[in-house]
Amino acid sequence: MTETTAPASLGAKPGGSMGAFLKRHVREYGILIALVVIVAFFQVATDGIMLRPVNLTNIILQNSYIVIMAVGMLLVIVSGHIDLSVGSVLGFVGALAAVMIVEAGLPWPVVAVVCLAVGALIGAAQGFWVAYFKIPSFIVTLAGMLVFKGLTLWLLAGQSVGPFPPEFRLIASGFVPDVLSDGTLDMLGATKINLFSLVAGTAVAALIAVMAVRGRMAQARTGAVDEPFAFFIMRVALISGALVYMSWLMADFRGLPNVFIVMALLIAVYSFVTSRTTFGRRIYAVGGNEKAATLSGINSKRLVFLTFANMGMLAALAGLVFAARLNTATPKAGAAFELDVIAAVFIGGASMAGGVGTIVGAVVGAFIMGVMNNGMSILGIGIDYQQVIKGLVLLAAVIFDVLNKQKG
Amino acid sequence: MSVILEMRGITKEFPGVKALNDVTLSVAEGEIHALVGENGAGKSTLMKVLSGVYPAGSYTGDIVYDGEVRHFRKIRDTEDVGIIIIHQELALIPLLSVAENIFLGNERARRGIIDWRETHDRAAELMARVGLKENAETLVDDLGLGKQQLVEIAKALSKNVRLLILDEPTSSLNETDSEKLLGLLLDFKAKGITSILISHKLNEISKVADTITVLRDGAAVARMDCRRAEPGGGVDEDDIIRNMVGRSLEDRYPPKGDRVPGEVAMEVRNWTVHHPLHSERRVVDHVSFHVRHGEVLGIAGLMGAGRTELAMSLFGRSYGRDISGTVAINGAPADLSTVRAAINAGLAYATEDRKTFGLVLDDTIRRNVPLADLEAIADRGIVDTHREGEVAETYRGRLSIKSSSIEQRTVNLSGGNQQKVVLSKWLFADPDILILDEPTRGIDVGAKFEIYTVIQSLAAAGKAVIVISSELPELLGITDRLYVMNEGRFVGEMPTAEASQEKIMATIIRSGERV
Repeated sequence: MTETTAPASLGAKPGGSMGAFLKRHVREYGILIALVVIVAFFQVATDGIMLRPVNLTNIILQNSYIVIMAVGMLLVIVSGHIDLSVGSVLGFVGALAAVMIVEAGLPWPVVAVVCLAVGALIGAAQGFWVAYFKIPSFIVTLAGMLVFKGLTLWLLAGQSVGPFPPEFRLIASGFVPDVLSDGTLDMLGATKINLFSLVAGTAVAALIAVMAVRGRMAQARTGAVDEPFAFFIMRVALISGALVYMSWLMADFRGLPNVFIVMALLIAVYSFVTSRTTFGRRIYAVGGNEKAATLSGINSKRLVFLTFANMGMLAALAGLVFAARLNTATPKAGAAFELDVIAAVFIGGASMAGGVGTIVGAVVGAFIMGVMNNGMSILGIGIDYQQVIKGLVLLAAVIFDVLNKQKG
Repeated sequence: MSVILEMRGITKEFPGVKALNDVTLSVAEGEIHALVGENGAGKSTLMKVLSGVYPAGSYTGDIVYDGEVRHFRKIRDTEDVGIIIIHQELALIPLLSVAENIFLGNERARRGIIDWRETHDRAAELMARVGLKENAETLVDDLGLGKQQLVEIAKALSKNVRLLILDEPTSSLNETDSEKLLGLLLDFKAKGITSILISHKLNEISKVADTITVLRDGAAVARMDCRRAEPGGGVDEDDIIRNMVGRSLEDRYPPKGDRVPGEVAMEVRNWTVHHPLHSERRVVDHVSFHVRHGEVLGIAGLMGAGRTELAMSLFGRSYGRDISGTVAINGAPADLSTVRAAINAGLAYATEDRKTFGLVLDDTIRRNVPLADLEAIADRGIVDTHREGEVAETYRGRLSIKSSSIEQRTVNLSGGNQQKVVLSKWLFADPDILILDEPTRGIDVGAKFEIYTVIQSLAAAGKAVIVISSELPELLGITDRLYVMNEGRFVGEMPTAEASQEKIMATIIRSGERV
């Protein structure tokens, strides 16, 4: 075990050794490292197809709705519950949007707002029973899963409804226009690199780095720094570097997808909510020990209710994105998505018992699943083996969690 | 009579606490041996050592049973030689029948297939032996507590019991059922079955016991032979009480200082609370009391007297149903209908069960301390993490919470330090009236002293502090005034200066006998 040497303002305080720190935080770093390793593996195995700009963009589009729902599911699972209905709600909202836009001809922005409200209402209805009547969330949302699967069929009368108007489809398949270049072709006749994407990516990466340094300095003032300096640098460099690299890759294709911006905003907002607001703190307290939280004056019931309403709204958003991406609403949309979402959250380090988990973890978990799906498909591995491998990865991640906890 | 059981020099330590110190217990074959002592004296620990809950090797000393030194590794080992323990909390499965419960884990079966005829025949036989007139197929849930107790005993008989241990068997029984149970013990005695009876009810003990062993602070301090007592007199209950509590108040308590309690901070009138499930049971029965600013008020009583229920029902109706009565804080009627309202009214309740009700164990000290008043470190819902760190650091220093840093998870702290985190949480919420429920349970002497010091400084700062404790010396050492609670009622009130352990115990026991 080695002491770290570092500038006084940023350094770990004496006594916090790298080994001890790593042992405590093996999970948080483990998941990031696992994603990097998996990406690197497929990059080699697919002869570089994995990180081609078009494929990278594709991975993000393919997994956007899972990521969006994983953010909401993380809150639900941290509060000590589960929501099995999100796949069905996604399908239902997509169908609702299709009926309203395609069949009734309503303007799509109005429809989008109505759909989000309907999603929130569905979540609230389920949360109502879970929070105020103590009906197990597994049962309530299992019922919800069946109900909304049925309602989707009824709404679509068993048919696929589409196509959507092009403006609506932009939600999922559009790209942020490059406001920084003039759109002219270069000498070889290829489009120039998307400058906006590169600039935006670099700016966000810089922002993340600055915020991390400021946070660490604030910690240093209270003497509460325990992350070794080398890890801090590595973590910030890895995240910022990955962002710049990704935006550069995407700049080479068509720029930043709209849905990528939506995802990034959600991740940022919900990370902040979970880690920095009283609302977020209280959800962790309720999930960690509901009795202690209640006896500390926390309104546990209302919090649980709100996490479900929020989940419903995010499932609705995912429903809009999914419908726009497919350009049609089908009765089968969303089938078994809830399992991918829940798996992502658990791979990301959340605990079944509640009280533990992070937004970033859940998002990384979703991308681990997404990258594996994508990579295995490129390699031509059959869907049969893919399922088996994904199942084993989920099991391994949770076994790792539990064993790690027992040791500590 | 030959000796069936001899426990020699039993010492059992938990981290930081010596629960049993060189205890010797000798039980003669065929007698009823009573084990008495205050809460925490070590009775249950001693019986857990005997029954294999704490396996051989986790304690020092010898258990000689039936003339042989035994090394019990698990409960099954003791049951195989006929030692059966019946715990205070009955271990029955409510939705299984009487017969199924009797043979639970010991099913009448051939190659894993249950022989229901034999099960029911044998059950009926055993039920007759304990005088339980019920159908063997009745669900345990449908029986009263007295009959459930009989099912436990029938279960013990099914295992060919030779030494029956009963932990507070009559604590939840009414007079008739208690009589019946004691009669059964005498009946067993006639048939040669030995019993060890743990009880607080001294009148019952003097009725049936042949020998009494008194435990205090983890040591066996007296052995009293009831058979030699003068006819008609029995053992003197006062003698037993003196042995139970007889220790001096050493320098284990910080000085109270010469504070003078001020105005009445909280006045409770006719507070009545019913059991959450059995709504006909009154857990707190027309309790009235008051506490003043700058006063440390004690509530004494045995476990199950209703003290925790009283406190939790006051604190945002966190316990019970059909709650009635009034509360005035600083002279004005107070709204305590939710925990939030109670906190806003200036009340705080630090639980007796810090792991279940006090802490978010998976979270750090930093996150637990501000939990009851997050707004104080937040601006429009956004937590100021810098301020949070300062707050946690302040309380870590002020209560000397021993930990690597405020980032340490509370699950990894010792009991005393966990208790200090719970206290920190409530001190940070800055209440006027603090209810501390068993604030020093299961923590070492040093940490106790530190917590007493905090309590005294709170009173000196004008707070009203209510301490609920089962340790009488503690109450005598730190409070200004005492109430005695028993079976849901307040049965006595006295200034601490005029109180003694004997007086409190006598108040409890006399009030119990009146019922």
